[in-house]
Formats: sequence, C-alpha cells, structure tokens
Amino acid sequence: MESIKQAFALLLSFDKELWQIIGVTMRMSLLSTVISCLIGLPLGALLGTKHFKGKSLIKKTVHTLMGLPPVVAGLFVYVLFTHYGPFGSLNLLFTVNVMVIAQVLLITPIVVALTSSFIEGSSKPVIETAEGLGFSKFKTAALCISEGRASLFSVVLTAFGRSIAEVGAVSIVGGNIQWKTRVMTTAIMLETNKGNFSFALALGIILLLIAFIVNAVASIAVKEPKHD
Amino acid sequence: MKKVLAILLAVVMVLSFAACGAKTEETTAAAPENAVIRLSTTTSVNDSGLLPYLLPVFEKETGYKVEVQSAGTGAAIQKAEDGNADLILVHAKQSEEEFIQKGYGVERLPFMYNYFVIVGPKDDPAGIKNCADAASAFAKIKESGSKFISRGDDSGTHKAELKIWGEGKEPNPEKDDWYISAGKGMGDCLTMANEMNGYCLTDKATFLSMQKVLSITLLLEKGEDMKNTYSLIAVNPEKVDGLNTEGAKALIDWMLGDEAAKLIAAYGQEEYGVSLFTLLEK
Repeated sequence: MESIKQAFALLLSFDKELWQIIGVTMRMSLLSTVISCLIGLPLGALLGTKHFKGKSLIKKTVHTLMGLPPVVAGLFVYVLFTHYGPFGSLNLLFTVNVMVIAQVLLITPIVVALTSSFIEGSSKPVIETAEGLGFSKFKTAALCISEGRASLFSVVLTAFGRSIAEVGAVSIVGGNIQWKTRVMTTAIMLETNKGNFSFALALGIILLLIAFIVNAVASIAVKEPKHD
Repeated sequence: MKKVLAILLAVVMVLSFAACGAKTEETTAAAPENAVIRLSTTTSVNDSGLLPYLLPVFEKETGYKVEVQSAGTGAAIQKAEDGNADLILVHAKQSEEEFIQKGYGVERLPFMYNYFVIVGPKDDPAGIKNCADAASAFAKIKESGSKFISRGDDSGTHKAELKIWGEGKEPNPEKDDWYISAGKGMGDCLTMANEMNGYCLTDKATFLSMQKVLSITLLLEKGEDMKNTYSLIAVNPEKVDGLNTEGAKALIDWMLGDEAAKLIAAYGQEEYGVSLFTLLEK
C-alpha cells in the first residue's frame, strides 16, 4: 500500500532523475523492439511459409536461443565490446546503444519463433483461400498480415515486454550509470541493494504503469480486429 | 494432516542429523537446538573470502550453521531491521549508530579494520601516487578530469567515499562527466574502472582478489582518512521477533576470541603476502 502511494507521489513530483530514467528505459526498449521485429518478423515469416534444407536445424537453434539466459547474452556482448575486445575501439560499452544490441540478441529469437509458429498455424487457410480466389502474391501477403495482425501485434508486444523487463544483460553492458545508462529495472535492483525495499517496489509499480500505457496506446493505434 | 507432516519432517531431520553425525562424529560438535544463525553482512567482507575462510572453523567447533546474506551496507542493515537476520557485520559507523539508536541493535562491537585504497591507471594521469591522504588525491583527480568510478549505492564504501569528498563538496553525477555513479558492487566498479581507465576507491581485499584480471593498479593506501572499521552488532530480541539470540552471541564471542584473532591476522598472508584485516586493540 505504502509503495503504491509512493509510486504516485513520485510520478507527480516530476522528479528530474526519475523522468530521465524513464526516458532511457523507453528509448532502449522501443529501439530494441523495433530492430528485433525488423529482423525477426520477416525471418519468422520465411521459416513459417517456406520449406528448405536445414530448416529444422534453424528452428531448433532459434528455440534454443529463446532460452538464452540474459546474463549470458550480456556477457557475450560485453566480451565483444570490452576495451580490448574485437569491437572495443567503437567505445560502445556502457552506452544505451550497446544495451540495445544485447536486447536485440535476446529478443529476436523470440520474435522469430513466435512469428513462424503463428504463420505456420494460421496462415495456411488464408493462403489457400487467396490462391483459390486467384490473388497475386503481394495481395496474398497483405491479406495474411491483415488477417493475422492481432497475433503479430501480440508478438511485438511480447518483444517490448521482454525488453522493458530485462535486467541481467543491460546491467552488465550498460553499467547502471546514473544519468546515463540507468533504466527502471537496474534502478530497482540498486534500490533493493540499498535496502530501500518500498521505494524499489514503487519503482516497480511505475514500470508496470509504463508498460500498461504503452500497451494501451499500441492497441488503439493498431485497432484489434473484432472477433465476430 | 499437519501433525503427520510435522512428525514426518521430524523423522527426516533426525535421520539426516544421524547420517551427518555418523560421518563426522569425531570432529563436529553436537548441533545446538536452534542451529541456524543468519548473518547479514556487506559484500566486501564476503567477497574478500574472509567469511568463507572463518565460518567453517566456527561451524565445525560449535555445530552451528551460519547462513550468510551479503549485500551493500544499506540493505544489510535493512534486512536485519525487517527481522531477517540475527546479527550484522558491517562497516559504516554512522548507519550502525542509527541502527542502535532506533533500538534494533544491542551493542556496536568494532573488532577489526583495514584501509581503503585508491586504484587507478598505471600511468596515473592525475598524479596521486605521493599524496598524503585520500582527500588530496581526490582533489587531484577532480582537477585532472580523470574518470572516477563511484559505487553510488549507499554502501559502506560509498559512504566512506562521500565523507572523503567532504560534505557539500561531493561531485554532481549529473553535471560532472568525469564522475561515474555506477550503483553497483565493488567488483563491478573495479571492472568498470578498468574499462574506462579511471580511478576507484575500494577495499584492499576485493582489489587484491581481482588484481589478476585488472590492468589498473594500487596507487594510494594508508591515508589517515582511509581507515575502514568493521563492527559486529547483534539484533535486539526486544525489538525483533524470531531471533536466534543465543546463536548470535555464540558467533560474536567466537569472532572476538583468540582463535578467530589468530585466523584473521593470518588471512591473506598465504595468498597475497599481506594481512587483509588488522584486529583492533582490545
């Protein structure tokens, strides 16, 4: 109860640091969602519709990567971008950009797997119908997207949910630097470590609120089709 | 149903104790009635390896089992206030005194100390190597604009660092680009200082334990303002329920005793050639 009150008091106080952290959080999660969807949706569609050699191996790999522990992803990216690492000269370590890279690594497999299984499961009848009606390939694809947009939409939101809630990887590569790479989740970790449990919980409530608002705005924008 | 479960549990426990007893009968003392002691401590004590080195000896002698929870000093104290620890081992005098004032702690028992050290790049761009104390070294770092990595997590080390800057003179992490407030543990901050070629205030033990993987080096130690005193405080049974007060007392008595004193004085000699902690004169 105390935490809920505190959460709203914090939001209403327009604390400069809190809003800066929210800003970094949004930038990081939106960017990583967009990039991982740009890569993952077409790949998933390809896996879901086409048949080719080695497909089952690729699918197994993707499913394994879905279970990639964030800490491992973080470590992997850290080793790549560390001062003496292969990409050390880019000076990206402890920046928001490298956090996005780690996130994309984590989220893309999820987008690919969800998209492919959705398309495999539900698009076939649509494609058959379209072929029966003599639609062009382009029109068929458009029909698939239009028919399946609720599911595709939920894939995108899953990606966003993963990225806004992620803590292990972004803490390693971002460094949780105040006024720079601190996001909601790492701020919550920090407050927990400080022993400010109720304040940490208040931050958690704010994080949930943000996720809710993003979901609501997105669903208005996409207008989920009615099921009738 | 509950009764059956309780009996079953008791049988299992007796059996497992019996099994343990059979194996180590000669060396382990009989387990006391309430055998688990919850010790809340800071990461530096645990990460330095001191507790993993001391506690098995205590456990073997007394039959107690010590569950160590390590976190920053702030969280270590908060856990004790929430009733999740029987005693604390921390290093932040002011917070310790507040803890006792609020009635949560019985008595502050300072028993050992070491020195914070300042580590940084080998070429020492700020030129702090021959400074008399940490305060003048900090001033030089600030002047040179070299990166400085701060714990920024309310830990004992962070509080010590703020004290060295002086009240009202702490750098502003929002505006001062060179001052990095990491909000992380000691090991993470050292790794970060290493990456950024920056300076860092650290406890010596953690630095020595990580030295092999770091290219930054020890630049300043033993300034008068760098002393770091550790205390034991038993949680007050009049304020908090469900404590293992007897166990806490047993552990404190042992830690303040001669045997622990010898072990603490020897700790670090073998691995680093120096003692990591010094006992306070009684």
